[in-house]
Amino acid sequence: MKRLGVLCCCLLFVSLLPAARLHAQQASTASQEIPKAVTEKLNQLDQKVAQAQSSADNAWMLVSAALVLMMTGPGLALFYGGLVRHKNVLAIMMQSFALMALITVLWALVGYSLCFGGNGPVIGNFAHALLRGVGADPNPDYAGTIPQMTFMVYQLMFAIITPALITGATAERMKFSGTLLFMTLWFLLVYAPMAHMVWGKGGLLNASLGGHFPTLDFAGGTVVHITSGVSALVCALYMGKRVGYPKQPMPPHNLVLSFIGACLLWVGWFGFNAGSALASNSLASSAFVATHFAAATAAAGWSLAEWIKNGRASALGAISGAVAGLVAITPAAGFVGPMPALVIGFIAGIFCFWMVTRFKAMFGYDDALDAFGVHGAGGTIGALLTGVFARAIYNPIYGAENGVNRPTGGLDGHWIQVGYQLVGIAFAWVFALVGTIVILKVVDLVTGLRVTQEQEVEGLDITQHGEEAYNLEA
Amino acid sequence: MMKLEAIIQPSRFESVKDALLEIGIEGMTVTEVRGHGRQKGHTEVYRGREYTVDLLPKIKLEIVLADSLVDRAVETILKTAKTGKIGDGKIFLSRVDDAIRIRNEDRGENAL
Repeated sequence: MKRLGVLCCCLLFVSLLPAARLHAQQASTASQEIPKAVTEKLNQLDQKVAQAQSSADNAWMLVSAALVLMMTGPGLALFYGGLVRHKNVLAIMMQSFALMALITVLWALVGYSLCFGGNGPVIGNFAHALLRGVGADPNPDYAGTIPQMTFMVYQLMFAIITPALITGATAERMKFSGTLLFMTLWFLLVYAPMAHMVWGKGGLLNASLGGHFPTLDFAGGTVVHITSGVSALVCALYMGKRVGYPKQPMPPHNLVLSFIGACLLWVGWFGFNAGSALASNSLASSAFVATHFAAATAAAGWSLAEWIKNGRASALGAISGAVAGLVAITPAAGFVGPMPALVIGFIAGIFCFWMVTRFKAMFGYDDALDAFGVHGAGGTIGALLTGVFARAIYNPIYGAENGVNRPTGGLDGHWIQVGYQLVGIAFAWVFALVGTIVILKVVDLVTGLRVTQEQEVEGLDITQHGEEAYNLEA
Repeated sequence: MMKLEAIIQPSRFESVKDALLEIGIEGMTVTEVRGHGRQKGHTEVYRGREYTVDLLPKIKLEIVLADSLVDRAVETILKTAKTGKIGDGKIFLSRVDDAIRIRNEDRGENAL
């Protein structure tokens, strides 16, 4: 887009030159300067070009923001809703929906500022608290062509879905009040610092705005998926198993819901990843393609593994695989080409299949809907592979030297990036682990975490919300 | 008067119903039930967890018949409900003392 603008200006300039020269000759003055009217006109055109670019970028970013919200509700809500037993479907959907409300308010008050205000190494500041200074003007540190208002609301949607992912691990047994308190603290103490460290100016792990350990994370492999996945594992271990697990059968109550949810997640992910280009440009296109390709091979990879192991490829396997691939490509989407995206997806599909079937069984924790097995594991493998496959021709994030792009990942010969990725991964793991343990202790003391055994057996829909999803006699 | 209870495969239900209608049996009560006899059910796998589903869906027909119709009804059900595989179900016959039509208080076989 920028290149196009420059080109337009050049063309215009060249086409105006003869006229200007003629004018100068006719006036037969000695002045070599371009007449004032022409410079004015050029400035006006420059502005017009910038406005046009801003309009295009803003349109795409608003659509992307809406797509990412759609991933939580109804996408994730349906995906998780179908996987629980019928007595808990409203409760799990309500948790996602409640986060759409809760995190939005927190975001407006302090969240945005804690993530993107200031330039501290660990967390933002209160400069943008109550959205002070967030208006029509762009914030050139992050997205120079769209109103900061758009950037703010786009980032909000990420902050909503991240804690919502954790509810997959605590499903069917966590109190609603405990969930709300946990999520409030988790958003402020885990998400906000992680988002600032990786994406915020001056953040410790930021790759382009002065971080010490430049971690490549295009759309949230560390910030979104590792933090939520690892926290999910901690929650599952801390809270213990559901009553009757693993002896009592707990099959998904409606895989059709999960299927629709997974398809909505796939589509929404275009807003998540391609939108993370923060402009409607060629980077968005390449991230879009990488996203789609990885989902495809991951669905195939998981299905293949299942086919070999169980003799059949299931619908639940295919959709779980697609989600695993989308998770793994999230950090890589804006750094890798289409062919590596196919590889990343395939690896993630098989790896996550192994994580939810074998690894979980080996350790016996009750990660009810596999939030860790898909998001924690997929995010980790994706962040690692980003370091291997990132190439500067797709995204010269480290800038250029003498007209040549500086290398980004292993395929560019910059293998140290894999080391940086490991640092970023380790940071996200430790941060999520420690933060979540502390928060769980606090919530346990204040509201309690689990419903009573009787309530759990009766179901959370009735005991937590006083309603049922399926009133067949009504 | 006899009560006939037949537990059959859901896939055979439409054929059984049509065949019974053909021999003049017009009333029946149908329930969707679950159960198992010697048939052992099947296994389902969700994300690597195996579940044995041993209660399988069946259809239960309940018909109260005049004695003269019982043999033909049994014959018809045997013919139409049989697939030859385990899980085809069972027929139970029992004697019924009386029947009363609620609308006009007809009794016995007149009420059927």
